[in-house]
Amino acid sequence: MMHMHPEAEERHVLTVTVDNEAGILAKIAGLFTARGYNIDSLTVADITDNHEVSRITIVTHGPPSQIDQIHAQLERLVPVHKVVDLTELGPHVARELALVKVAGVGEKRVEALRIADVFRARPVDTTTESFIFEMTGAPDKIDSFVALMRDLGLVEVGRTGIVAMARGPEEA
Amino acid sequence: MSEERSGANILVESLVRQGVEFVFGYPGGAVLPIYDALFGDERLRHILVRHEAGAGHAAEGYARSTGKPGVVLVTSGPGATNVVTAIADAFLDSIPLIVISGQVPTGLIGSDAFQEADTVGISRHCTKHNYLVKDPADLAAVVDEAFQIATTGRPGPVLIDIPKDVQIASAAWSDAPIQRRQRYAPRTAGSAQEIAQAVEMIAAAKAPVFYTGGGVINAGPRASELLRALQAKTGAPVTSTLMGLGAFPADHADWLGMLGMHGTYEANLAMNQSDLIICVGARFDDRVTGRLDAFAPNSKKIHIDIDRSSINKIVRVDLPIVGDCASVLDQILTEWGSRKGQDLTAWKARVDTWREKKSLSFPANADAIMPQLAIQRLYELTKDRDPVISTEVGQHQMWAAQHFPFFSPNKWLTSGGLGTMGYGLPAAIGAQCGNPDSLVIDIAGDASIQMNIQELGTATQYRLPVKVFILNNEWMGMVRQWQELTYESRFSNSYSDSLPDFVKLAEAYGWKGIRIEDESQLDAGIQAMIDHPGPVIVDCLVHKESNCFPMIPSGASHVDMILYGDNVAGTMDDEAKALV
Ligand SMILES: Cc1ncc(C[n+]2csc(CCOP(=O)(O)OP(=O)(O)O)c2C)c(N)n1
Ligand SMILES: [Mg+2]
Repeated sequence: MMHMHPEAEERHVLTVTVDNEAGILAKIAGLFTARGYNIDSLTVADITDNHEVSRITIVTHGPPSQIDQIHAQLERLVPVHKVVDLTELGPHVARELALVKVAGVGEKRVEALRIADVFRARPVDTTTESFIFEMTGAPDKIDSFVALMRDLGLVEVGRTGIVAMARGPEEA
Repeated sequence: MSEERSGANILVESLVRQGVEFVFGYPGGAVLPIYDALFGDERLRHILVRHEAGAGHAAEGYARSTGKPGVVLVTSGPGATNVVTAIADAFLDSIPLIVISGQVPTGLIGSDAFQEADTVGISRHCTKHNYLVKDPADLAAVVDEAFQIATTGRPGPVLIDIPKDVQIASAAWSDAPIQRRQRYAPRTAGSAQEIAQAVEMIAAAKAPVFYTGGGVINAGPRASELLRALQAKTGAPVTSTLMGLGAFPADHADWLGMLGMHGTYEANLAMNQSDLIICVGARFDDRVTGRLDAFAPNSKKIHIDIDRSSINKIVRVDLPIVGDCASVLDQILTEWGSRKGQDLTAWKARVDTWREKKSLSFPANADAIMPQLAIQRLYELTKDRDPVISTEVGQHQMWAAQHFPFFSPNKWLTSGGLGTMGYGLPAAIGAQCGNPDSLVIDIAGDASIQMNIQELGTATQYRLPVKVFILNNEWMGMVRQWQELTYESRFSNSYSDSLPDFVKLAEAYGWKGIRIEDESQLDAGIQAMIDHPGPVIVDCLVHKESNCFPMIPSGASHVDMILYGDNVAGTMDDEAKALV
């Protein structure tokens, strides 16, 4: 009989600055599947006026040696300018945006609105029997909000995935 | 001067500008404009292969034997997919290739047009970089960057996919040098601190060993010279991976032979017992390390590699140095100065006791030619010609690595990382193109040679006098060996049934065919092969059931090698079977 031996894992947030060229997202996503790495979340958008450079934020988990490999493998790709492991680097801000649709009337509707206020989630669409709340925050805060809405008529959730940045005045 | 030219023309001019001599290719609908631009152009020699895999491997053989990038030209769809194995092969062995593929016109991309394949998508993870060129105005810059990417840093294959309309449409062409985007700039030298630390570690070592690989070959002939110079200063013994053979001369007193699964006892034991491993351009591949938790348990490790992702991938090292092997060896030599290392007498005496095992020896056989003997005779009779040797994949490949000594880089062409059967014949053809005066020999197996046998026609057409020396054991010997050792000799589908008559086959293609059936014919047969001015197949019938030893069975450590004469259980537990 043969058994598999999993290793202890860590969660890391990486930012990757890349040339905004055709196929770059497939290249990066494909690197993860081809080498058996995990993607928990991936966001991408261009960040320069001329649309030539994009910033990709990837949340991954794996054993430390694998995280190091992911870093090195990403750096090896020609269109990749820079890879920063924010988790390794130190304190950083990680934020996510969620849209949360809740339907209900009476007590539940009032309670949903009250909790949304506590979480600083804003209603961005309102009908007499539903809300869509917009919320930004750390992912675990969004998790808690969504969990509370579950009993109050949660209909659907959309999340953007994380964007993140190192704290302090310098560019990471 | 600037003028309008077609995309196809710009491509050809750009290749000429890069100093390309040979293009290995095969035409088809989606590259007709490029073939038309090549027509009558004396500056590029097009070698028409018989299958696109042959073009890819020929370009690899050309690249490895000359140190220059190999260029491939294929049509869209099946042309491109046929070359994927060679691209993957070049990717794993870090061989610089430029692969140009035709594509359906831009307006038809994504419509499942005739002979459309998503070539960029298919090749994405086996190229160092790839391009889909949508504007002929981009072509010159793309070709320029492609050559830079393929040949600098860790070399590798780069693919350029060019839709047919882009080949026909015109754009401005200028002879002026191209303004390069400065986006690819690999680190090539170590930091002063790293170099100082390396020197300190080497000088302090009582049992050091150089573990060298293909990176030394890829860094150019100077890297091999610098390796020899540093070895002379430090006195440390040297072993090499399959890919690195030739960087260090095989007749040197401190040469240990190849290491790894079929390496010598002394090389593997020296690695295991060393107190310092100086890894130069090798990557701790699973064929080299054996069981990881038992790999060189008491040694410190320095790893010099141009590719940072090779470092700490498999084995954690104490001092990583990201840089080109030649540059870093040069830095270490300068820093070393007139220093003296430790006295290595005791260490070398231990190495000598391992040498006494004579791990490459093999039993004599009165009834059949031993394959190892055939290789030894091939070496003895060709050594004054300093031949270029390619191989296929299997036992014959390992026997060649063990018994054919090399003394300089770029003479040994073998598919290491991907282990591609069918590599050797086209690689020999490519090497012969780049080295017209050299004796080029493909050491082949009876099964592998059939995988790109069609390329016999290519050699005939271009009057390339390549030699194919088949160690014919009537088996996929390496598969048979693993079945004997791990599956209690249940030889499932590994017998080479219905083999062709290789002598007649040679003759059918206009080659000379020679059969060697008995040891008494061995030397004369080899000599006749060398003396014939054209291409020759030698069908050398060897002992059928010989195994390739020494061997570290999968899941075992370096100290658990099987040598000739050892009793082998013929089975393995599932953990070991699951290893590659
Ligand atoms: C394309 C490809 N398919 C399958 C294999 C697996 N394989 C490795 S060695 C081998 C047998 C090779 O037989 P032969 O060429 O006769 O060489 P021998 O081992 O007998 O010397 C096979 C099938 C491979 N390496 N490449
Ligand atoms: Mg065979």
